[in-house]
Amino acid sequence: MSFLTLDQLTASYGVSQALFGVDLTIAEGEVVALMGRNGMGKSTTVKAICRMIKSHGRMVFDGHDLQQLPSHKVARLGVGLVPEGRRCFADLTVRENLLAVRRAGDWTFETVTQLFPRLGERENQRAASLSGGEQQMLAIARALMTNPRLLILDEATEGLAPIIRQEIWAAIQRLKSETGVAILLIDKSLKELASVADRVVILERGKTVWHGNFTDLSEGVSERYLGV
Amino acid sequence: MKVDERVCNALVLFGMLALPLWALAQDEPFTITLVTRAVILALAAVGLNIVLGFGGMVSFGHAMFFGIGGYAMGILAYHAQTYMPLDLGLFTFEGTKSMPVIWLVAMVVSAMIALLVGLLSLRTSGVYFIMITLAFGQMFFYFAISWAAYGGEDGLSIYVRNDFPGLNTLVPIQFFGVCFAILCVVLFLVARLRASPFGLALNAARQSGVRVETMGLDPMRIKLVAFILSGAITGLAGALFADLNRFVSPSMFSWQLSGELIVLIIIGGVGRLMGPVIGACVFVALEHALGGLTDFWHIYLGVILLCIVLFARGGLIGLLTGKESAHV
Repeated sequence: MSFLTLDQLTASYGVSQALFGVDLTIAEGEVVALMGRNGMGKSTTVKAICRMIKSHGRMVFDGHDLQQLPSHKVARLGVGLVPEGRRCFADLTVRENLLAVRRAGDWTFETVTQLFPRLGERENQRAASLSGGEQQMLAIARALMTNPRLLILDEATEGLAPIIRQEIWAAIQRLKSETGVAILLIDKSLKELASVADRVVILERGKTVWHGNFTDLSEGVSERYLGV
Repeated sequence: MKVDERVCNALVLFGMLALPLWALAQDEPFTITLVTRAVILALAAVGLNIVLGFGGMVSFGHAMFFGIGGYAMGILAYHAQTYMPLDLGLFTFEGTKSMPVIWLVAMVVSAMIALLVGLLSLRTSGVYFIMITLAFGQMFFYFAISWAAYGGEDGLSIYVRNDFPGLNTLVPIQFFGVCFAILCVVLFLVARLRASPFGLALNAARQSGVRVETMGLDPMRIKLVAFILSGAITGLAGALFADLNRFVSPSMFSWQLSGELIVLIIIGGVGRLMGPVIGACVFVALEHALGGLTDFWHIYLGVILLCIVLFARGGLIGLLTGKESAHV
């Protein structure tokens, strides 16, 4: 049964329309990759789900109409966001970043630092002084501290060193295998996505143009819509 | 030489306590009153620092709460001293000379006004927030001027300082003790608040309201609660200030006072727990030392403020501790 449903979602930035009809479903515990070339509307779709921008069309999460809710209430329903570009609270320490947003549930400071031991080692360090990879781990850990049922990762490994990317993909794999959290992944690494994601949704010019299992993703589709 | 911030904080509090005790031994009650003034201004600025320092909201109308606290004390004490009951429509109130009751009323009324002002002003940000808080402050200022029943422009004198159980508050050192104890309690509570999930969320909301919202927190509500707490603390300081001077006047609502409270925080260190306290000490010391030399002592204050803004962005605490950021 669908956990998140987007049906003919449209959105604009002022007079410039960015989404022209995005269809997407995610089942409970499922990992879905949202793919497409740059500027095709992936991050805009995420912003629309999190109600950071106005949108039109049907958007239902666990029976709740997201169009009727402000951003913080969407998050309280269980939608956790790891935003593009990390965006940690620079003036707070690692521990403070995590405790500031914590909600009751299985994820605690101890459990997220087990997932990312580096964060435990740097708990009293300011987020601004962390490396890019550590900030990305902090951004994921911070989203987990809200105890989400759907975790959205927007370009979580972009611009990171290969070894850090490996750590983050391993953590995502653990989230998939050890927790029941549904995940919506936006990334360009086809190989890593293939090892984690159950399904793929491809956007082209703000519209869903292909969706299906990863195994069904043909070379022709990849080449046409992803340029690989 | 860099000093640890906690040591610095402890030294400031110790100095604030030691100076009046020394003055008591030297039989110099004026010095005690001077330090009491610094303590009360520090308390008002500690309240403002919650919104300005922790929450990043530049309120240019916080004198409104200072004045509300002052007038709460003035009105209650006035009715008690004149034996003219205060007619509240449904019931009458004899007034009171009890400090704890006055403090409670000052805080509750200030918090209620802060709720209303906050609901309207927190929908804006930046320069609009500054202007809307200034406008509210000026509304109260002109209301107080036109309120003839309580002295209008001339203000209201209270002949005898209000009572605190077990103390003679007319004795300067005893009144200082009351004010200093309140400042210490408030500082302790504010320190706890800053480190609590609420305080961290307030700090996070200062950095990015949008990011906080996507984490399931309502930045508007967080800032509103902070604004209410801030208003209540500044209102309490206003009640103490009125008791110190045994006089309330519309000047307690003035925008100049709002500006001075901001200056105190900038001098000491924005967002620092003890920043407002150090700022108040420096301000009162300069006011006393330079005010005797010239009526235009604010010129020197302006130069100091300029130097701090240009060369010591973390305020005096930042200068002493070598840490520009308020983050511990």
